[in-house]
Amino acid sequence: MLQQKSKKGAFLALVCVAALLALVVALENTLDPTKNILLFTSLKKGAVYALVAVSMNLLNGFTGLFSLGQAGFMLLGAYTYAILTIPVESRESVYYLYGGSAVKFSLPDLFGGADTVPGLVLGVLIALILAGCVAAAVAWLIGLPVLRLKSDYLAIATLGFGEIIRAIFQWDKLGPVTNGANALKNFPTFSSFNITNADGQVVFRLSTFVAFLIAAVCIALIVLLINSSYGRAFKAIREDEIAAEAMGVNLAKHKRLAFCVSSFFAGVGGGMFAMFANQAQAKTFTTAMTYEILLIVVIGGIGSVSGSAIAAFLYVAASEWWLRFLDAEMWVFGIKVPFLRTGFRMVVFSIIIMIVVLFFRQGLMGSRELPDLFRRRPRKSPRKAGEHNG
Amino acid sequence: MAENVLRLEDVTMQFGGVVAVNNLSLEVNRGEIVALIGPNGAGKTTAFNCITGVYEPTNGRVSLAGEVIVENHPQGKMKTMYQGENSGKYTGVVRLTPDQITQKGIARTFQNIRLFGALTVFENVLVAKHMRARQNFLSAAFRLNKAEEKRMREESMALLEEQGLAHLKDEVASSLPYGLQRRLEIARALATDPKLLLLDEPAAGMNPQETQELTDFIKQIRTEYDLSVFMIEHHMDLVMQISDRIYVLDFGRLISQGTPEAVQNDQRVIDAYLGVADDAED
Ligand SMILES: Nc1ncnc2c1ncn2[C@@H]1O[C@H](COP(=O)(O)OP(=O)(O)OP(=O)(O)O)[C@@H](O)[C@H]1O
Ligand SMILES: [Mg+2]
Repeated sequence: MLQQKSKKGAFLALVCVAALLALVVALENTLDPTKNILLFTSLKKGAVYALVAVSMNLLNGFTGLFSLGQAGFMLLGAYTYAILTIPVESRESVYYLYGGSAVKFSLPDLFGGADTVPGLVLGVLIALILAGCVAAAVAWLIGLPVLRLKSDYLAIATLGFGEIIRAIFQWDKLGPVTNGANALKNFPTFSSFNITNADGQVVFRLSTFVAFLIAAVCIALIVLLINSSYGRAFKAIREDEIAAEAMGVNLAKHKRLAFCVSSFFAGVGGGMFAMFANQAQAKTFTTAMTYEILLIVVIGGIGSVSGSAIAAFLYVAASEWWLRFLDAEMWVFGIKVPFLRTGFRMVVFSIIIMIVVLFFRQGLMGSRELPDLFRRRPRKSPRKAGEHNG
Repeated sequence: MAENVLRLEDVTMQFGGVVAVNNLSLEVNRGEIVALIGPNGAGKTTAFNCITGVYEPTNGRVSLAGEVIVENHPQGKMKTMYQGENSGKYTGVVRLTPDQITQKGIARTFQNIRLFGALTVFENVLVAKHMRARQNFLSAAFRLNKAEEKRMREESMALLEEQGLAHLKDEVASSLPYGLQRRLEIARALATDPKLLLLDEPAAGMNPQETQELTDFIKQIRTEYDLSVFMIEHHMDLVMQISDRIYVLDFGRLISQGTPEAVQNDQRVIDAYLGVADDAED
């Protein structure tokens, strides 16, 4: 019976995600992209942030490890993706300060070039997977010493890790690989997936769809892990480490696994961020970015995957789009509205965030998931069943 | 001679200047129910923590069914600090982690209940099945071995049914009343398929009737699950009724051992413990 229920749930979820993806394609090809730039920017960035937030939630919300290294792992992913996908012919111009790139190949070129379908799809896919692998490998290495630390010490150590990574990637000596402090560009982005005709005009848009598709697949994988036996072990560690160990859960192994998986998807998210931003530059992956992601996790509800995903879109849309008008001067009936000027948006935004965090401690979803909201019986009705049986 | 399940040899645990457990040697034989009693702060819980790998004893050895699971000798800073007996006797260092010891067959409950509060009753038991599942994280995530997950669920469900907790399976553990939380903690320990069950004050906070039920329950699980039970308990009725043998600890040292009658009539025990306990408990 239990199996049936979960099968039905999985099927429903699949249908919903498919419907969402279809909606995105429809939106993208009916709305005028030039008039709705902010909408599509928010959607793409929202998809990237949703994935990274869910990956952070896996660690902070489900395993109870308070880690703040997300931006560092995104950076690793972004650079891995960029370095592996910049076309060979553009390398000279991108790395002009260093007289060309030390990496002499490009993944899309290996499959026929970024302007062919196999070159683009396979190249980007493999590069994103490798982006995740690099992040996961680094997580595996630093996991051993770092994961022994308790709560706030772990947070500080991972925060430091992010800063160190950022400094290393801007180091001049690594210029031929990382392009020093300069941006990497000219690699395939989300827009590369738009289908064009012979004249180079876009006939069918897929850029937002691709962002959603990758994020959806990755989030689905994380959900599968969370709902497996390993996910239960993670939650047991979060609830009580000593009891988890007494139940035979190997703490070191499971913490490290959660850390590596989380970092893997942060790395993929970093690659996607590079695709979204059309460039990869170390100075964008700051601690402030980690805080943004953390805020999304908190707003969405620690321990709720759907909460993180929804909060990511709300957060990005609010900061990039809905509050934009606050940055421009406005005249109503010939009177200039006070306060409105460049930067005021962020003031209002911060106040909203503070209110949300202060008054909705549990976040939007608490630790519930979207389907829980539609169930008749709330999960926390203590002892209903117990009364029948005495 | 009876088959030896648990054996402690000169186990000593020193915290700074406090010797919480002092050269403790004892045995639990197969199928026995053995009690460890002693006044508050005698070192009972600390002894459990040494057996289960939560603490690393300063000196001594613990074996499970003949296999050494913990062995240590004073080393490093402890070498100068530890001046007790038997300091040169143990030379090996065996340091299994608590999860490894659980895998070897020792399960335990905690003095202050440690359930996975936000998880359901069913999930609490399922976690215990995780360690023996033949799978890695990829095969688990991609559902490549559905039979394994099904087996874990069936075994857990069967256990909950045996324990009379099946109707509560979807309740959040922290929402259960106290008595049921204790029951669930024992059920969860049984789910690890132990040879030896360590119970730390299972009757704490229970009224006489509940205590009586618990007594029957412990006897029942001993035969049903072919267990040896080693328990810490303050309720004397329970201890005297159920135990095959009793060890008495005071200030970390064993002061008496034997059958309930023998221990009850031991003057040292009466001095150290029973007199105090009567005052303290009533
Ligand atoms: N981690 C620790 N660090 C320092 N001292 C400790 C530690 N754990 C226990 N102790 C000390 O060891 C002594 C024995 O404690 P323990 O908890 O084993 O007693 P107990 O016999 O279980 O008592 P109770 O009946 O109250 O549960 C106490 O004096 C306690 O303060
Ligand atoms: Mg105790």
